[in-house]
Amino acid sequence: MTLLDPALRADFPILSRTVRGGKPLVYLDTAATSQKPVAVLEAEREFYEQRNAAVHRGAHFLAEQATDAFESARSIIAGFVGGRPQELVFTRNATESLNLVTHAFSSATAKHAHGAPLPEGAERFVLRPGDEVVVTEMEHHANLVPWQELCDMTGAVLRWIGLTDDGRLDLADLDVITERTRVVSFVHQSNILGTINPVAPIVARAREVGALVVLDACQSVPHVPVDVHALGVDLVAFSGHKMLGPTGVGCLWGRAEVLASMPPFNTGGSMIAVVTMERSTFADPPQRFEAGTPNVAQAIGLAAAVQYLDKLGMPAVAAHEHTLTEYALAALADAPGVRIIGPSTAEDRGGAISFAVDGLHPHDVGQVLDDEGIAVRVGHHCAWPTCRRYGVPATTRASVGLYNQPADIDALVVGVRRAQRFFGVA
Amino acid sequence: MDALYQEIILDHYRNPVGKGLREPHEAEVHHVNPTCGDEITLRVHLAGDGEDARIEDISYDNQGCSISQASASVMYELLLHHTVAEALATHEQFLALMNSATDGSAADEEVLGDALAFSGVAKYPARVKCALLSWMAWKDAVSQALAHGGAR
Repeated sequence: MTLLDPALRADFPILSRTVRGGKPLVYLDTAATSQKPVAVLEAEREFYEQRNAAVHRGAHFLAEQATDAFESARSIIAGFVGGRPQELVFTRNATESLNLVTHAFSSATAKHAHGAPLPEGAERFVLRPGDEVVVTEMEHHANLVPWQELCDMTGAVLRWIGLTDDGRLDLADLDVITERTRVVSFVHQSNILGTINPVAPIVARAREVGALVVLDACQSVPHVPVDVHALGVDLVAFSGHKMLGPTGVGCLWGRAEVLASMPPFNTGGSMIAVVTMERSTFADPPQRFEAGTPNVAQAIGLAAAVQYLDKLGMPAVAAHEHTLTEYALAALADAPGVRIIGPSTAEDRGGAISFAVDGLHPHDVGQVLDDEGIAVRVGHHCAWPTCRRYGVPATTRASVGLYNQPADIDALVVGVRRAQRFFGVA
Repeated sequence: MDALYQEIILDHYRNPVGKGLREPHEAEVHHVNPTCGDEITLRVHLAGDGEDARIEDISYDNQGCSISQASASVMYELLLHHTVAEALATHEQFLALMNSATDGSAADEEVLGDALAFSGVAKYPARVKCALLSWMAWKDAVSQALAHGGAR
C-alpha cells in the first residue's frame, strides 16, 4: 500500500476534534470541501498582520509588499498546474470561473450584434442560432446551468455526451461534436461518480471542428498532477477550497491568446486601461477579469496550500488516494446491499465514491453515519441529471483526501451496516 | 438517533397511510426539495367553500427519506376530515414545532398528536425541510384549490 504518513493529520487541527457527543471526526467529505492545514491559516494571518494593503494601487511600502505577495501567489498557483502567471485569473470560486467563460460568449455575441468594440479574436466567442455547445451528462450544475443560460440567451443548442452503465463517458457519443460545435466543456473528474475522463480524445475531436475546449478541473487539480498545457485544453476552472485552500478563491487558467480575445466579465475598478465619460478600454489579462479589490488573503492562503501539496508531491498524493479508493471500493463491494454508482474499479477513477444502500434513502444513511461522527455528503451533489441517468434520486457519497487513512473507510463500512440494522433492511 | 427516528416515524415510513394519487381533486401540486431531490406530488379534495371547506381527501405520491415519507403520512391522518381553518391551525403548530430549536417557539401538543414525534427533527436543521416538504405542498394545494373556487 502506497500511503502517506498518517502523522500529517496533525497539520489539520479540525481532524482532532470530536463531534456529536464526543465521537472522533471521520471526515469523508473532501469532494465538497477540504480541510485546511495550519500553514494555510498562518499564511492568511501573516498577510493580515504584516503586509495588508490594497494591491495594484498606491505606492507605499505595504502596498508594494501586498502586491508582491498577491502576484507571487499567482505565480505559485499557475506553476502548480503547469501554467504561466499571466494565464491565471483569480475568481471567487470555480462556479464564477465557468460563468466568466459563458459570459464571454454572451457578451461577445451581444456586442457583435450591434458592432460594439471587441478584443481581437473575439469572433470565436460570438454565437449564432444553430451553433452548438457540448457538455457531458456527468457535469456538476456549475458546468451545466451557465451553458443552458448561454444557449437561452443566444439561440445556441446544448448537446451532451452520454454515459455508460458503469459510470464512464460513452465515447461512441463523441460524434455529437460536429462542425456546428463552438465549445466543448466537460468535467475532468466527476464529483459524483469519481470518473476521471479521457481528455485527449475529446480535445482531438474538438480540434477537428475548431471548437474551444473548457475543462472543469475542480476535482482533479486537488488530487492528481495536472499540467494544463499538456492537456491541450483552452480554459481550466478550479477551486481553492477543495485543494486545502480557503473559501472565496477560485481560478480560471486560460491559454494566453484565448484570454486575450475574451471580453471582460465583471467591470469596474482595476480592470481598465483608459476611462472617459463615453467609454472605457480594458487591461490585459489577467487584470481584465479581476474587477474590484481582489481576494488577496485568500489567494495567498491558496498559494500556501499549493506549497503544502507540492511538498508532499502530487504523484504521492495521487498514489495515496488511489490506494484508499481501491480499498474503499473493495470494502463497499463486499458490503451486502451496497451498490456503487460510478466505476467499480479504481482505474481512471478518483476517491469520490457514491453508493446506494438497498431500501434506504441516502439522507437516512447519512444521518446514522453522522451520529457516528462520520461526515459524508448525501443528495444529488449538484449533479441531478447524473442521478437521473442512474435511476436514483440521490446518493450517499464518501470522498477521500490526503489526510484519510484506511481506518476511516473501515468506520464508514461499519456505519453503513449500522444504518441497515437500524432501519431493519439487513 | 432514537430521539430523531421515533417509533411512530419508522412505522409511518414503513407503512404510509393515504399514499397514492386519487380522484377527485381540485388542485395538484408538485414540490421538490432542491437540496436533496426529494419530491412529492400532492392533491387535495375539498367539500364546501372557503376556510369552512372540509378536507375530503389528501392524496400523494412521494419519494424521499424516512422523515419526509413519514411526515406526509402523519399529516394525512392529522388533517383529513377537518375544516381548512382547523387544518391551517394544525399546520401552524407543526411549523412552530419545527422552528422550536431555532426560535424557541412552543407548539400546541394537543393539536399535533402523532406529529409530536417529529420534535427530534427540529434539532437537525438539515432535516427540517424533509419534514416540511409535504406540509408545504399541502398548504400550496389548498390555497390553489380555494383561489380557483374549485371546491365542490
